[in-house]
Amino acid sequence: MSASVVDNTVSSGNSSVAIPTDISGQILDLDEDDELEVFSKDTSTTQTDGSSFNASMQTSPASMINQYKFEEEEEDADTKDIFVTVDNPESHVTAIETYITYRVETKTTRSEFDSSEFEVRRRYQDFLWLKGRLEEAHPTLIVHPLPEKFVMKGMVERFNEDFIETRRRALHKFLNKIAEHPIFSSSEDFKIFLTAGSGELTSHKKQGPGFLSRMGETVKAVAAAVRGVRNRPQEFTDMQEYAEAFSQKISSLDKVTQRIVREQKEYLEELKECGPTYALWSQSEQELAEPLKNVAGCVDNCCKETEEQVKHLNDHLIPVLHEYVLCADTLKAVLRRRDNIQADFEGKTEALATKKADRDADSKVLSLAWDSLVGRSPEEVKQQKQQKLKGEIKEMRDELDKAEDRLEWANNALKTDWTRWQKVMRTDLRSAFIDTAERNVSYYEKCLAVWESFLQSQRTDAEGNGNVDSS
Amino acid sequence: GQFLGGLGFVMVEKGTSLLKMMEISVAEAEKRTGKNAVNMQETYTVYLIETRPVDAASEGTNPVPDSLWRRYSEFELLRNYLLVTYPFSVVPPLPEKRAEFVWHKLSADNMDPDFVERRRVGLENFLLRVASHPDLSSDKIFYSFLTEENGWKETVFETGFQAKADSRLKALNATFRVKNPDKRFAEMKHYGDELQSVISQLLRVRARAADRLYGVYKVHGNYGRVFSEWSAIEKEMGDGLQSAGHHMDAYAASVDDILEEEEHYADQLKEYLFYADALRAVCRKHELTQYELEMAAQDLTSKKQQREELATGTIRTFSLKGMTSKLFGQETPEQREAKLKMLETQIEEGEELVKERNAECEEFVKSAWVDIERFKEQKDHDLREALISYAIMQISMCKKGIQVWNNAKECFSKM
Repeated sequence: MSASVVDNTVSSGNSSVAIPTDISGQILDLDEDDELEVFSKDTSTTQTDGSSFNASMQTSPASMINQYKFEEEEEDADTKDIFVTVDNPESHVTAIETYITYRVETKTTRSEFDSSEFEVRRRYQDFLWLKGRLEEAHPTLIVHPLPEKFVMKGMVERFNEDFIETRRRALHKFLNKIAEHPIFSSSEDFKIFLTAGSGELTSHKKQGPGFLSRMGETVKAVAAAVRGVRNRPQEFTDMQEYAEAFSQKISSLDKVTQRIVREQKEYLEELKECGPTYALWSQSEQELAEPLKNVAGCVDNCCKETEEQVKHLNDHLIPVLHEYVLCADTLKAVLRRRDNIQADFEGKTEALATKKADRDADSKVLSLAWDSLVGRSPEEVKQQKQQKLKGEIKEMRDELDKAEDRLEWANNALKTDWTRWQKVMRTDLRSAFIDTAERNVSYYEKCLAVWESFLQSQRTDAEGNGNVDSS
Repeated sequence: GQFLGGLGFVMVEKGTSLLKMMEISVAEAEKRTGKNAVNMQETYTVYLIETRPVDAASEGTNPVPDSLWRRYSEFELLRNYLLVTYPFSVVPPLPEKRAEFVWHKLSADNMDPDFVERRRVGLENFLLRVASHPDLSSDKIFYSFLTEENGWKETVFETGFQAKADSRLKALNATFRVKNPDKRFAEMKHYGDELQSVISQLLRVRARAADRLYGVYKVHGNYGRVFSEWSAIEKEMGDGLQSAGHHMDAYAASVDDILEEEEHYADQLKEYLFYADALRAVCRKHELTQYELEMAAQDLTSKKQQREELATGTIRTFSLKGMTSKLFGQETPEQREAKLKMLETQIEEGEELVKERNAECEEFVKSAWVDIERFKEQKDHDLREALISYAIMQISMCKKGIQVWNNAKECFSKM
């Protein structure tokens, strides 16, 4: 008899994708000391590559990892030394545009900050800039998502109150996630974002890798992407599969929750008519007037509770799910960037091998003939060529070493941050679901109380009238 | 009162003769096929009426009850007979002929097993209401309805009740033209209108809300599915998610029972929706008897006036005859004498008629008002009980919700 009202538009993830369940186990292996041995031997030779990293990269990859671990342990000791709030949206009207700024307040005891309190105003563009900088500096670290630029659904006007409030909350979360991240929170760009006056910020934005070098990076990245990665380690393939599956599941949850909110709202619309109908009825009655009025009141109270409940879902659970939908996209992007770094390394490896092959090959007859024509001795030419090749090979080997370092650093950063992200995700989603469950319990408890008071009133009435109620 | 039938809210007066003697129930329903009046195949449902002498049960023997099968149309026939024969009684209504005020999950199909079941309960309720009515319970046709399977229909028709039925047109006419109906009946009729209107509205709104509530619960079932799928890709979170998912499934499933219970509440409201009609029928009957009295009185008055005019020679009332006699000459004294004599007879008869009608009217008002008062008490009691049971249902629903979400919360904590 049950016609199920299952939403067929919700993507039913075919979890026939075989995700090894112990993927986090592989990541956790990093904590073991023998893994760290791989990096300590490279400490002396590696340098930071100035073109890929910006000024906030201060130390070598290896020591970075150590520092990272160290800071992570500090984090666990739960000593929060920076508090950031985003509030107080204000509208600004200029000749060309209207936009919103938010107040960003920082309170900190960190020594690298000149003062312990800062207050600045920032607009959405500024947040976007910060996110971009962090991603550039740490392509394989997971940056918490920003709220979306536009909301296409239902043509929400950009300056609608609810929209602004939702965005404010998301921006607040964004900054706090950055502040809680062991690497991002010590970013120079982050510091400037929190503390600089608007003029200072604008000029700082203009610094950093110029447009051309950024274009150069993009071209490189595209070339690497087109080339594709050849020998991706299994663990990253596993991560990719996880990211895909996680993305599907969290999107489904998002859609299901939104559907629930819609249904609740429609239920509420109908329920709102019940109370007044009972009240209307009570006007025609005498003995029944009082219980009917009472019931009308109860139904109206339940309506209020339902309204509160819906609002809570909207304000708390849905934003969190939505954030993690965006997170899933970030995971995929991070894995792509890592792939590109590996592809770049593989490309350079191939190129070096080709050059070496060139060097080992016999001299070409044609070029000898030409050289003798222009009066150079074969030996001389051969020597010159060998020197040139040797130089080129050295250059390429240096490039290759850098690329290898970059890759290893990227891989390890990713693995560590992945573990970290999973912990945070688990905490966030767990508390969001617990919160929702508690809210639902509270909703039913309140409605229960409403109806019990009705029963109570009827019992006292009955006793007052001398009837024994057999209910 | 005793708990009777699935609805359990019939206020049974043990003092009535019939229920002292026997227990009545509509125990089962069955599908039958047969040829109908125009010789076409049809499928219909029959209901098993069981009766058992009260004494036998209390003696501990527990004999097999007497039983017979009846169709819905036979119940209708019985009720129509009662309506005509006891016009001053608020005759208990039958359960609805076709399913109305349905929300999407319920079928509007008469053959639907849930509908048949609810109808079975409604029919039993009807019989118990009639059996506990001070006037209706001692009716012989009712008794044979319960006890004589064959030939009952013929017996009913033999009473000639159909001829006694007031035509709709006659009743409507009376309603419009009556000048002095008893104020109480006029108020009661108005109340009946209001009751019908407000209960209809309530049933409609309630059905729509039930539909929506169904949707809310069922969509939660999707949580169960997604949590389960998600738990497959997680290590530490897996167990918590999986078990939370089970609770979401349970939550989604719980709405079926909740809404089934609410249907009982809707049925209780529906009974009084139809009762409103029965109440109005009594009021209309009053209007009819009052109107007929007024007509008879009016007729009498006009005849008396005619006599007066004839006797005194003054014409106060216009009559064509009078005009023509004026135009074409006076009547002869003999003609006038004859007329007077006829009028006298008519007046005598008229006075008798007025006396009769007056007595009828008074009798009707007396009996009807007694039953209306009885009905009012019954209605106040039953509906109050219904509201209380609705509150109990809501409380039960809330308790289930609290339990499920507390369980879910525990599972989430283990994530």
